[in-house]
Amino acid sequence: MLSVALLGLALVPGIFIDGIRATPQTPSNPQSAQQTAPSSVPALAQTPGENPPRTTPLREAPSVGLNIVVLDPGHGGTDLGARGTEGIRESEVVLQFAAQVRRALEAQGFQVIQTRESNENPSFDDRSARANAQRGAVFITLHIASTGLAGTAHTYVMPESPAPHDPSGLILWDQAQAPFVTLSHKLGDLVQAELAKRFKGSPDMSQVAPIRQLRTTAAPAIAVEISSVSVEDRADLDRMIPGVAEAIAHGVAAFRPSYVVPVMPGTPLVPQP
Amino acid sequence: MNPKWRVWLAGGLLAAVIGAALYFPALRGQVEKARNLTEKTAEQARRELLPPSPATSSEPRVKAQMFWGSTGTDATLVPVSVELPLSNDPTLRAKEILNTLLAGPVDPETRTLPPDAALLAFYILPDGTAVADFSEALATAIPSGIQSEQLAVDSITRTLQANVPQVQRLRILIHGQEVDTLAGHLDLTQPFQVNGMALQAGTSRSGVSVLTAPIKKAIDKVKGATKHQ
Repeated sequence: MLSVALLGLALVPGIFIDGIRATPQTPSNPQSAQQTAPSSVPALAQTPGENPPRTTPLREAPSVGLNIVVLDPGHGGTDLGARGTEGIRESEVVLQFAAQVRRALEAQGFQVIQTRESNENPSFDDRSARANAQRGAVFITLHIASTGLAGTAHTYVMPESPAPHDPSGLILWDQAQAPFVTLSHKLGDLVQAELAKRFKGSPDMSQVAPIRQLRTTAAPAIAVEISSVSVEDRADLDRMIPGVAEAIAHGVAAFRPSYVVPVMPGTPLVPQP
Repeated sequence: MNPKWRVWLAGGLLAAVIGAALYFPALRGQVEKARNLTEKTAEQARRELLPPSPATSSEPRVKAQMFWGSTGTDATLVPVSVELPLSNDPTLRAKEILNTLLAGPVDPETRTLPPDAALLAFYILPDGTAVADFSEALATAIPSGIQSEQLAVDSITRTLQANVPQVQRLRILIHGQEVDTLAGHLDLTQPFQVNGMALQAGTSRSGVSVLTAPIKKAIDKVKGATKHQ
């Protein structure tokens, strides 16, 4: 269970071009991860030890800011997620939420990558890989709860845990979130504050929960859960969609200045305080 | 018809009506009892077949703290004092505590774990890591969601924390297997801190439980939704 796969994120020279990682190293599905790279990413221009690429010298682009949001509608395929007695299925509803969240984020100038856009069910690792393949990305997984006060929204982040230090500078896949937890808390609080403004009864701050999907994500990562599939009328959930989309977009935009990632070869991926 | 026969006939009918009125309630009770027996699930039957409670009546009765849900709409976990005969042996004590937690509170609305779930095995390793093996119902009958899964695990870890100080960490297995998540969200691949450190699950930034509503209604809905599949 405890895989020791490593994320080749930090110290591999020559794989970063214009600050964007061109060849994501993921243990579960590298092919899928490569498909996630933005279309603007050039092909791998060199191998370790060769001359620098012809693109912009790295020293002229020492860092990259937040520009990508990986949006993960939870569940899908045979995994229906939470189910309400009115026939509401979490796996379907989150796709509708994701579509509008995507539009709101794009309006804020972010590039959005979705882990799924139809009724399919990528693995936890494949979903994480969509974010781990990027630089300057945040990860947001969307869920609808079975419980909780209807009409509220909760943001969750992983608990603090000591970040494993590998002398090689690589990050353990199984603990990929550990170095990002502080940033995730900041992102979570900003998004939750926006949600609390719009949905009465929602907490003011993000909450802590050990969520499997977040653990393997090497980026600031949060889970947003809406209550709930148990509403008597599906329209009650639909009415929440614009507010959730707006809150997430504003929260991520407010987080943007906090997240600058070094891109020089040999520098760790994790932003330095 | 002879008037005398009419009187006899009327008397007989009256006696039959009175007899039926007396018999039907008893018959209804028997039917209800039979229905309850047939509705008993395999998990409940297994729970009854499990070894009897490790603690005996000769054990000293002590006040144990069980963490069940509160009754509010957006409730937190609340400690409830229950007097139990508890062994001094930490493994037996933990089993008794968890079986009581699974049996549920007096008010079913504050239940935190599915009624069909059972504790199949419990061990404490020398380093203080406990391994609790629950039946599949814990994963299949819990309402899917971060809130509800967190509520379930938090009620287990906080109850152990309050009553079995020897347990430092808890690893949860489902039917003897390591699983990724409880019901799609909460990570079961890592142990949960119980004593000695802040709880991994179910705590807010301030350390106060922020878990949400009792899950009985949601459990019922899961059952309903499953039946409709």
